[in-house]
Amino acid sequence: MQVITREQLIEKAVSLLAANTVSCVLGWSRGEFDYDVSPAVFRSEEEVRRNFVWNDFCGANMSKYLISKASGVDGKILVFLKPCDTYSFNQLLTEHKFDREKVYVVAVPCDGMADFRLIKKVCGEGIISIDSEDAILKVKTLYSDSPISVPLTDVLAERCKNCKSKKHVAYDELLGEDGNVLESGRFDEVKKLEAMTAEERFEFWQNELSRCIRCNACRDVCPACTCEKCVFNNPSSGVENKAAANSFEEKLFHIIRAFHVAGRCTDCGECSRVCPQNIPLHLLNRKFIKDINEFYGEYQAGEEIGLRAPLTDYTTEDIEPCEIFHRRDTDA
Amino acid sequence: MRKCSLSEINSVFAEISKSMTLYLPVDGSDGSSAFSQWTEGVKWSESLNTTKSPKDFFFPQTEDLMAFKTSGKNIELTDIRKESEDFVVFGVRACDVRSFDILDRVFLSEPCDSYYATRREHSVIISVACSHPSETCFCTSFGISPENPDGDISAWKTDTEVYFSPNTEKGALLMDKLSSVTEECSDEAVVKQKEEISKICSRLPNSKVDTNTFGGGKTAELFDSPLWDKLSEACLGCGTCTFVCPTCQCYDIKDFNTGNGVIRYRCWDSCMYSEFTKMAHGNNRLTQKERFRQRFMHKLVYFPENNDGIFGCVGCGRCLAKCPISMNIVKVMKKFGGEKSEK
Ligand code: SF4
Ligand code: SF4
Ligand code: SF4
Ligand code: SF4
Repeated sequence: MQVITREQLIEKAVSLLAANTVSCVLGWSRGEFDYDVSPAVFRSEEEVRRNFVWNDFCGANMSKYLISKASGVDGKILVFLKPCDTYSFNQLLTEHKFDREKVYVVAVPCDGMADFRLIKKVCGEGIISIDSEDAILKVKTLYSDSPISVPLTDVLAERCKNCKSKKHVAYDELLGEDGNVLESGRFDEVKKLEAMTAEERFEFWQNELSRCIRCNACRDVCPACTCEKCVFNNPSSGVENKAAANSFEEKLFHIIRAFHVAGRCTDCGECSRVCPQNIPLHLLNRKFIKDINEFYGEYQAGEEIGLRAPLTDYTTEDIEPCEIFHRRDTDA
Repeated sequence: MRKCSLSEINSVFAEISKSMTLYLPVDGSDGSSAFSQWTEGVKWSESLNTTKSPKDFFFPQTEDLMAFKTSGKNIELTDIRKESEDFVVFGVRACDVRSFDILDRVFLSEPCDSYYATRREHSVIISVACSHPSETCFCTSFGISPENPDGDISAWKTDTEVYFSPNTEKGALLMDKLSSVTEECSDEAVVKQKEEISKICSRLPNSKVDTNTFGGGKTAELFDSPLWDKLSEACLGCGTCTFVCPTCQCYDIKDFNTGNGVIRYRCWDSCMYSEFTKMAHGNNRLTQKERFRQRFMHKLVYFPENNDGIFGCVGCGRCLAKCPISMNIVKVMKKFGGEKSEK
């Protein structure tokens, strides 16, 4: 259960619509079940009251939708952002992806979102309803007579277990109280990978990436992937591929993407959330983040609007490339 | 009807593997399952469905079609197909078995796709009934019975036994080979399981999904509906739905320059992609709404129109489980009124 309730968000949206502060609302819409929430634009009080949801399954980060949804609106669009979403919001503004004036941001505190895949692992198939009370999920399934109780902490999404910040870095209005930047264990898994031999690491990624079906969901959801025409969708690029022709191409896509978002990836975790093959893409991005932190000093993409990422900036303190080679040759 | 005890199922797998390559659903390190080759020690997954459908066996995600080489003014053409050998796919669910019929209608109609046809001919399908359907399943809306799956052999798994019953000549031939590892039995347990499955099916939340607002001849009525705007507004155009779908059948053919020749290959394509069927004049569907509409109109209107009323969806629920924005064919059908009223 979230500290801020669905009713509070609905009242906020309705009052901003009534006051003409905003003309529409970007948020999460009810599905067929309790967990299959879809992003949606709500255009009237009636729509908001009927379909708006706020529950433990509102993982979808709305900031990228502002690129397409903010431009056409009369007046402003209201968007609800969780703490991690606000980093993407700032990063997108840094890259001039939409007009800040068209957007009204209401910041929503977040207690962490559930990963439905983990709930299925615990409760099995046939989940027909999930109620949430005081951080306990009550899961009803077709195959158990009474609801199964699952603590939210047991089924938190990976990015929420390792939440980097409960602090909102952008908003026009805040609901409830803001949190702090957190010490998280988000680099622990990266450290394990770094401790492996090159062969072990190769095998790890080979096993993970060989499951990739090149659906491109990771790219399409990513707030850092905003090129109008991705090189992988461009028939004239020579590398357009809808399916990996071989195991090299499979890795190529991911390596190119990781490099392309390096320094701009806020570690929002959307890529890993949407991957149908459960590939831990966040580990690739976090390796880049960790390296940037170590080479250039702590840097968090999206912390402020207009920050120059270390990789697109030059200072005389910058690490010498030879040191990086040296580290590679001695460590791995 | 014949059976073997569940604890002895590996002897059945071993027996099949003596003469043919056997594939079955196996759990991966991430906890989801995929069809993999059986060898000694490989365990049959308990999962209901694989993430990727078994259409890969007949219509692989990528496949080399032929090779060219030019020398002077000559083009040398090589057929680079590998000889097909007989293989068995075990553990296919009723929805996925039906998807093969749908693909057959596309690939085996004239001009017949010989790459696909060869693989179909060399396969033996052993289906398994679904004792625990998921909330995402709605195969019954398309007249599929999860308790009575088709295939060359149908199988039922209980807590202690696996039961087999052949449906085709191919299936009967394979059953003969399994006579030493299976025994003749009554169908009592199977009848009981079928009853249980039917009962569960009637309680499935999606069992009321109704196809009656769709079908051939509905293009004019549905194509310009304003509902498509809302349904498609958050679609990422990622194509996950098409790549996990057992019945999505679109592909692209491309040439790959190897440096000393050309390999012509085919790979899955998706109507959700902006560059799909791009032609000299540009693209025929310019917005994501048009692409999104195509996927559902194809399955629910155009396909039945050209295929004796058969729908192009088997209700496997994969797109329900995997779409990053949780938009899917059930939501589309219900929005258009495709829901049976409570009785
Ligand atoms: S790469 Fe992944 S974590 Fe980084 S911004 Fe993109 S979606 Fe978010
Ligand atoms: S979402 Fe997953 S399966 Fe799809 S392209 Fe990305 S890594 Fe591959
Ligand atoms: S419907 Fe879902 S899975 Fe399909 S392309 Fe759109 S966002 Fe991707
Ligand atoms: S459209 Fe969805 S439910 Fe229907 S067959 Fe394809 S993946 Fe399965």
